[in-house]
Amino acid sequence: MAKKKPEGYLSAKEARRISKSNRKITNVLEKKRKRKNVPESEYLTTMHDPNNCVEFDNLHTYFFTDAGTVKSVDGVTFEVPIGKTVGVVGESGCGKSVTSLSLMQLLQRPQGQIVEGEIRLNLGDKAYDVAKMPYEKLQDLRGNFVSMIFQEPMTALNPVFRIGDQLREVLELHNTENRSKEEIDARIIELLEMVGIANANGVSQMFPHELSGGMRQRVMIAMALACRPRIIIADEPTTALDVTIQAQILDLLRELKDKINSSIMFITHDLGVIAEMADYVVVMYAGRIVEKGTAEDIFYHPAHPYTIGLMASKPVVGKQVDKLYSIPGKVPNPINMPNYCYFKDRCEMCVGPCDGAYPEEISISETHKVSCYRYYEGVKEGGEDR
Amino acid sequence: MSVQSGMAEGVARTGAGDPEYADEKRQERLENEKEVQEKKAKKHGSNLEIKDEYTPVTYDEQYILMVNALKKYFPIKGGVVSKTVGWVKAVDGVTFNLRRGTTMGLVGESGCGKTTTGRAILRLSGEKSGGQVLFNGQEVYDLSAKEMRSLRTKMQIIFQDPFSSLSPRMPVGEIIGEAVREHGLVPKEEFNDYIDEIMDHCGLQPFHKDRYPHEFSGGQRQRICIARALALNPEFVVCDEPVSALDVSIQAQIINLLKELQEQFKLTYLFISHDLSVVEHISDVVGVMYLGNLVEYGSTADIFRNPLHPYTEALFSAIPVPDPNARMNRIVLEGSIPSPANPPSGCKFHTRCAKCTKRCMEEAPVQREVEPGHFVVCHLYDE
Repeated sequence: MAKKKPEGYLSAKEARRISKSNRKITNVLEKKRKRKNVPESEYLTTMHDPNNCVEFDNLHTYFFTDAGTVKSVDGVTFEVPIGKTVGVVGESGCGKSVTSLSLMQLLQRPQGQIVEGEIRLNLGDKAYDVAKMPYEKLQDLRGNFVSMIFQEPMTALNPVFRIGDQLREVLELHNTENRSKEEIDARIIELLEMVGIANANGVSQMFPHELSGGMRQRVMIAMALACRPRIIIADEPTTALDVTIQAQILDLLRELKDKINSSIMFITHDLGVIAEMADYVVVMYAGRIVEKGTAEDIFYHPAHPYTIGLMASKPVVGKQVDKLYSIPGKVPNPINMPNYCYFKDRCEMCVGPCDGAYPEEISISETHKVSCYRYYEGVKEGGEDR
Repeated sequence: MSVQSGMAEGVARTGAGDPEYADEKRQERLENEKEVQEKKAKKHGSNLEIKDEYTPVTYDEQYILMVNALKKYFPIKGGVVSKTVGWVKAVDGVTFNLRRGTTMGLVGESGCGKTTTGRAILRLSGEKSGGQVLFNGQEVYDLSAKEMRSLRTKMQIIFQDPFSSLSPRMPVGEIIGEAVREHGLVPKEEFNDYIDEIMDHCGLQPFHKDRYPHEFSGGQRQRICIARALALNPEFVVCDEPVSALDVSIQAQIINLLKELQEQFKLTYLFISHDLSVVEHISDVVGVMYLGNLVEYGSTADIFRNPLHPYTEALFSAIPVPDPNARMNRIVLEGSIPSPANPPSGCKFHTRCAKCTKRCMEEAPVQREVEPGHFVVCHLYDE
């Protein structure tokens, strides 16, 4: 008797076929992006709302792997208003980081590709669609308009260069103001002082290993702010830090955001940090947005069962519970997504129509949107409330 | 080479010319060297000597673990022959007692010695540098290797990172059962059933036994780590940040599992974590560490409602609250934790303390009981 094949098993032949067809798709996309001298008109666009800094519109980012296509980001739409902080929450693997990497165009190429949708970036006098820009133009965007604070300050700094030299590299690369060498040196010290490093002159001569975790994260922030970007993507900037240092860094980010008047896209899985930092919150699950709204909407009136579960599963200081709620089951396989609501198998509040197609987004208040059948008109509450 | 030989020749020549003079010179040189060495010894002696002063505790039945002035220093090697030139005082006098069947949470910043304390209690990082560790009244560090081996089954540890603490080459059943077989806890014929039972308790399926760790998700791996620790039927388990590497929803599962198992097997936990909300949820008693010292220690309710030590206050005020309109009266600590190789004099926290007095800089405070069961190490609460 033939041995039973485990779930998700691929024969070598099948895998070869997939990788061949993947290559066909990615080659076409890559070729398009690698063209030189693309006229600006091709990626010029207009913002739907001029008060927004970034608008993600139906973004689809897929990874073409040998095991199949992973739809990491599958139709994400949200906007980041100028001068505001948008928090993106979700479990690991839900597509938070891929969304931000799509904006930075730092996806793992050629497997990772934006296949559909627009990312409109407001440059002040004009707007670009980042999803259509050729690679050669992106360098002008990164750093100057979009910059990123990475998750691990320990690994994001180069261990063999001094702090000052690493900052200098950023400033020289994006030297739009034609600064002289002395001016750049002065700017390095100014940046380090801005992020609250006391001994700026000394620190600029140090190597990353000589600094503590909090100090390294400050350097990372200084680097991200070096060219006064319009939007800062903070990808779990405090996850690797202690609470006391986390408090320092959060204070600093808030203060600096107001100082240079830019927007922050704050990615984290810590709901406490989001509550403190964000004006708007986006909750993601398995590559899609399940709920979005203002921080008050999300924290005081969570609507989607996933958001409710997420809130209940986090222990809160000063709130005694006997047993923590835990969301049953696990995230569906990203290669083989079901055609009904992705959360249905883990949901305890299912209603009749949940067996149908993935629910469309529905507004339950002016700012609050949710993708769940429970809020459709005419649907009777079927599940019990916890 | 040529320079050296030239010098040697020079010495030889003078020596040949005037023997008495050479002798005198040599004597003088020897004396000089001796003096220098004595001076060196004096200078380092004060630094290198470990003061091991404590009043021994007597065993009390209700405590499974009594830690008294435990010290664990790591040597700093330096010089040509890699002599010990200083000590990193990772754990510098930690005192607490742990009741049977309860959970003690140990919190603090990274690098404050939480993990080292846990390992030192289990005698996992070599010899202690001072103090006492009484496990069921027995000094752990006095045992011979053979006795220690049999005690190992009674005290277990769950490591921080479930991704690196499981051998990638062993199937899960073997990972869990290895120590059981090694210690001969169950007869051979019952072995398989025993492993199945343990896995069942930890929420793993019997068919998982033949799989390898890479086939599991983070939460499942942590379950394997827990099963491995529980398979030996321990009384005391050190949980070293067991949920830090996991997602929020998975965290809740693991915390619930740990609590269930505690009730079922009457376990005692030492729960090390920097996530204060998790610690509050799971612990009966909380200890707050700073730079190798236990600065405050008491029941969870006392510590969270009424933090006494300035460091505890600052630490708790920094916890982010999932409420966008919550008013923050945050005490932001300036700077970062000093180096444990060269800790500040007096109270170790005085460099960052808002309520620092002159006395704090000079005199190290001692542990005192402010309310019953609530200990604090701070001059503010001296009578």
